[in-house]
Amino acid sequence: MNSKTGVPAIYKFEVSVSGGGETTLAVFGRVSLKTLGRFREDVDLLFQRSAPQELRVDLAGLQYLDSAGALSLLTLRRRAESQSIPFRFVNAGEEAGRILALLDRATLHTPPLAPPQRPANLLEQAGESSRALAGDFLRVMEFVGELIRGLVFSLIHLRSVRWEDVIFYMKRAGMDGLPIVSLISFLIGLVIAFMSSLQLKQFGAYLYVASLVSIAIVRELGPLMTGIIVAGRSGSAFGAEIGTMMVNEEVDALRTMGFDPIRFLAVPKVLAAMIVVPLLTLYADVFGILGGLLIGVMFLDLTVYSYVDWTLWSITLFDIVSSLLKSVVFAALISGIGCQRGFEVRGGAAAVGSATTSAVVAAIFLIIVVDSIFAVILHYVR
Amino acid sequence: MSLLSPSGFETPIISAERITARFGEATILADVSFQVHPGEIFAILGGSGCGKTVLLKHLIGLYRPYTGAVRVLGMDIGEAEEGELIELRQRMGVLFQSGALLGSLTLFENVALPLRAYTDLSPAAVEEIVGMKLALVNLNGYQNHLPEELSGGMKKRAGLARAMALDPEILFFDEPTGGLDPVTAAEMDNLIKSINTGMGTTMVIVTHDLSSIFKVASRVIMLDKEARGIIAEGEPGLLRETTRDPRVIHFFNRQAGGLGEEEK
Repeated sequence: MNSKTGVPAIYKFEVSVSGGGETTLAVFGRVSLKTLGRFREDVDLLFQRSAPQELRVDLAGLQYLDSAGALSLLTLRRRAESQSIPFRFVNAGEEAGRILALLDRATLHTPPLAPPQRPANLLEQAGESSRALAGDFLRVMEFVGELIRGLVFSLIHLRSVRWEDVIFYMKRAGMDGLPIVSLISFLIGLVIAFMSSLQLKQFGAYLYVASLVSIAIVRELGPLMTGIIVAGRSGSAFGAEIGTMMVNEEVDALRTMGFDPIRFLAVPKVLAAMIVVPLLTLYADVFGILGGLLIGVMFLDLTVYSYVDWTLWSITLFDIVSSLLKSVVFAALISGIGCQRGFEVRGGAAAVGSATTSAVVAAIFLIIVVDSIFAVILHYVR
Repeated sequence: MSLLSPSGFETPIISAERITARFGEATILADVSFQVHPGEIFAILGGSGCGKTVLLKHLIGLYRPYTGAVRVLGMDIGEAEEGELIELRQRMGVLFQSGALLGSLTLFENVALPLRAYTDLSPAAVEEIVGMKLALVNLNGYQNHLPEELSGGMKKRAGLARAMALDPEILFFDEPTGGLDPVTAAEMDNLIKSINTGMGTTMVIVTHDLSSIFKVASRVIMLDKEARGIIAEGEPGLLRETTRDPRVIHFFNRQAGGLGEEEK
């Protein structure tokens, strides 16, 4: 509050000095949160103008005091005491006295226990990020090791697998995902057919649309789009489910009952994904080709027979098998990283949220990287 | 189920030997040692942040001590092999603070989990035993309920039924009366006492519920944050009468300690 703005004084001081050198500061009016700034300024002025030898604060005229006001008065006292000026309050009413007493205990000045948070500079940030990345990589590798161990164990001891859970996740990741996977790949097939037809029109080579769509979908876009959709639907779900179980101590409970959380929670999810995602990919392939078929038949004057014939001529068994193989790998990556992020959760809802996000982002990243690797390998194998 | 260990009550059933617990740079517990005897109800008390839940997690093998050892039923759980540890875990039951029931399973499936994993019982037998365990904690009829359909107190009781599924020799409790109304808390106390009396199960309870402690515990240790270890040990009633330690006095008498001068 600025005394220059001309706001009427809500309190006022009256300073008088007695014969014995004692300065009396009489306070009238309201000392409160609103007057906090002004009060401090006025006190500064007081100390500048008259260096008091002894200070006596008369509160008889005080009409209103809240906790901030009491704080101002106590700060004044502390200031006097720090300059070794004898200080006392007089004529404090009952209410004022109570508030002052309450705050008296609270104003023991404690320096903060934690150092102030200062934003890290660029070098520190780079260092922190590299450390975090390296730590993350190590933990993921550890998890992968444990997961592989769990998977191998499960395949040897088939009865130890929680098959009801596998079937449950197969339904969730597979069947429930069918509508959106079919729709998206249908639309993509449609778009590819349409866009390519615009170019191929010049050569009167509409029939090549069929092979373009089928090759693009079966070799690349089918597995890729399916993978991304499954990452968004199931990768996040796995991460969130396990993360929430971590928060609720359910994973601790499993450990104390002698169960291995990875075998109990992660293996069923990974198995379910690896079974169901290739099937979803096949569906995606079929629907993508259907999308192209629609364009071909409706706008490009192709017959269903010729379109299908060209499609089947363009794709080989190798294409289909490698596409399915890719999708199995994608499935393992998605479900694996989803579970791993879930197991990292410590704390509460916010941690579950960030683990879920991280699961999806990491899964998509891994899918794209592995897809590129596959592209190179398959090129040379062909 | 034996009520006394074969060697009598002299051999401790749990032995904490010079445990130091650290999280990163911070030492939570330094050089803590104590023993729990078969059949007793042993309480671990202390103010917030004193490390009692951390200590509990060391006793049940979720954390490994930075130094020192925890010996349960004669086995060092830090050094035990996987197979031995799994066997040991069947002789211990843990009730976590909110029950830690698996949310996607019904109460029946939760309680049946250890039974199906570690016994060859027929489905009919499992059903009978689960019914019995739920009845012991006054949850008869709730077999097909999901955890989300239950109140906090009921979840805790269901968690206890699961912890007791294999008739363990030791039961661990993390704040069993936390968040419960006085009536439900008293019922939990009675449950703990009756299981201890009826089955002879050793109980280790982490708590700061004063009335629980005096009603139920046969022996207590008190942890302190600054001391990073045990500041009092003994029978609760006796401790309250005879202690001179102001921290212990404040705790047992529910007094604010250390925050400014005493109100005259």
